[in-house]
Amino acid sequence: MQQVYVEGKIVINKQIEKNIYMISVEGKFEAKPGQFYMIRAWDKEPFLSRPISVYDLDDEKISFVYEVRGKGTEILSKKNCGDAIKLMGPCGNGFDVDKIKGKIAVVTGGIGIAPMLYTIKSIKDSKIDIFAGFREKSYITNEMKKYADNVYITTDNGSEGYKGNVAEIFNPIEYNAVLCCGPTVMMKKVSNMCLNSGTACLISMEEKMACGVGACLGCACNTSDGKKRVCKDGPVFWGREVILSA
Amino acid sequence: MLDVNICGINFKNPVIGASGTFGFGEEYNEFYNVSMLGGICTKGLTLNKKEGNNGTRIFETPSGLMNSIGLQNPGIDEFINNVLPNMRRFDTVIIANLGGGSLEDYIQGAEKLSKTSIDMIELNISCPNVKNGGMAFGIKSEVAFNVVKEVKKVCKKPLMVKLSPNAEDIVDMALKCEEAGADCLSLVNTFKAMAIDIKRKAPVFQNITAGLSGPCIKPIALRMVYEVCKSVHIPVIGMGGIDTYEDALEFIMAGAYAVQVGSSNFKNPYTCKEIVEGLQAYMEREGLNDLSEIRGII
Ligand SMILES: Cc1cc2nc3c(=O)[nH]c(=O)nc-3n(C[C@H](O)[C@H](O)[C@H](O)COP(=O)(O)OP(=O)(O)OC[C@H]3O[C@@H](n4cnc5c(N)ncnc54)[C@H](O)[C@@H]3O)c2cc1C
Ligand SMILES: Cc1cc2nc3c(=O)[nH]c(=O)nc-3n(C[C@H](O)[C@H](O)[C@H](O)COP(=O)(O)O)c2cc1C
Ligand code: FES
Repeated sequence: MQQVYVEGKIVINKQIEKNIYMISVEGKFEAKPGQFYMIRAWDKEPFLSRPISVYDLDDEKISFVYEVRGKGTEILSKKNCGDAIKLMGPCGNGFDVDKIKGKIAVVTGGIGIAPMLYTIKSIKDSKIDIFAGFREKSYITNEMKKYADNVYITTDNGSEGYKGNVAEIFNPIEYNAVLCCGPTVMMKKVSNMCLNSGTACLISMEEKMACGVGACLGCACNTSDGKKRVCKDGPVFWGREVILSA
Repeated sequence: MLDVNICGINFKNPVIGASGTFGFGEEYNEFYNVSMLGGICTKGLTLNKKEGNNGTRIFETPSGLMNSIGLQNPGIDEFINNVLPNMRRFDTVIIANLGGGSLEDYIQGAEKLSKTSIDMIELNISCPNVKNGGMAFGIKSEVAFNVVKEVKKVCKKPLMVKLSPNAEDIVDMALKCEEAGADCLSLVNTFKAMAIDIKRKAPVFQNITAGLSGPCIKPIALRMVYEVCKSVHIPVIGMGGIDTYEDALEFIMAGAYAVQVGSSNFKNPYTCKEIVEGLQAYMEREGLNDLSEIRGII
């Protein structure tokens, strides 16, 4: 897929939950599920662009869901419809959805759910269960319901769905494959559960990035095959392949 | 109009992708044809494959970033056998950046690279991120003198020595490298720097220090390039925070034959391309025929 660095006009940028925003940018963009774009909603500062996963895509626009964490996402959240931002991508390998078949579990923590809508929309002829963990309130799960068989929600304080951690409510043995994205501790737990039950597990990794295209080696993660670049060789890796330090 | 000859090597323009920021050319070739560049410097190569550093590797700063990659690279043999043939598809000058932990490493590395089709060797005596990763050689002029002299004996390619801004005296360092036989110089590498994570009450980087680059270093880098250009008789390639064609012009006016562009590729993958185009338009606007008309005019 040809990578581009282009400007696009914002058509939606709205808060959907506390600190969580959805943004859509006009234009015909390409991406595989699980790929991301480096987003730049500013000129000089901050110096680096920010990696954000593709949430959804159609012929007219590309959408992202993001959590405001620091300066970059804060600036992004203040942009209005009609403003232009720059996008570089698509970046990374993404999920190989053609090879994901059977009974699938999608296990996410917090904003880790962002890449999963476009992913499950692209998985064909499979049964999909979602296990999504949040701090207090869920988001985008209603949209996901349209493409999933079951959606199970957990929150840290039990204010919605089950109280506790997603890893406590799902059993990998029941599935042919598990797709996981979220905080490192959670991915490590899920990946280990899958290893024990012999279930294939794909995890989408997060690392700080500079170039986003594989040129600087700033985003290396440890794997059984040495260091790999999360931005180019990932962000999707086999759970058994990466060595998570959490 | 923009072409420049450095040590007998013809560069179609003075814009070169800086070592460690441009991969092996492949990644930015996805965005534009990198054959349009003057040259590409490879990631720092060492005799044996290196996995590089653990922990945080990059940390953003105002107008720049710190890195602690630790010379992760496939090793010289793997580079020669499997990477270089691919790089040769690009119709541009290929410069191999050579790192090392000992004099012996540098000598063997230069011997191996001399037998290949690379155009130049950039001797990296300035990496701040690995123990014995070179910077030890780039601090004291006498130490650098010795390395350059020994490498020069076996090096069959034009030898560019990359200086560290952390050198005790940058001008003396440049003069000693020239005296030792360097064919040209490049500067600057990253500045030794540091950040502390106050939440964890610990240094951000496992090595405690890291290398600072990007627009924030430009004024100091420019001053160093200027001072070195005034002192040596060999060509100098300038770098440090170059982000626009105007920045490149400053280095050229300070005396640089060419420039390398590093960190700014990260914020905009077209940075090098836009600098080439900006220089071209500038030359036309100013009615200039050759870069020598403005080189070192300060
Ligand atoms: C491949 C990939 C896909 C991503 N997809 C999404 C997405 O779809 N939606 C979304 O909201 N976020 C996503 N992220 C995370 C997002 O890139 C960061 O939250 C963002 O870069 C923060 O930028 P900032 O300027 O707002 O925060 P900063 O000011 O840079 O940082 C604020 C705080 O967050 C911490 N932080 C910043 N970046 C990271 C990181 N990558 N990992 C852990 N801690 C970090 C910093 O250490 C700091 O404490 C993704 C990251 C990667 C690598
Ligand atoms: C991520 C990163 C990796 C680097 N790796 C190398 C390297 O392997 N060898 C080297 O000589 N310089 C290396 N450098 C230094 C750059 O080549 C350049 O000297 C420095 O970054 C200053 O230029 P800039 O401000 O344009 O980035 C690296 C810089 C960065 C940011
Ligand atoms: S961010 Fe540069 S290699 Fe991944």
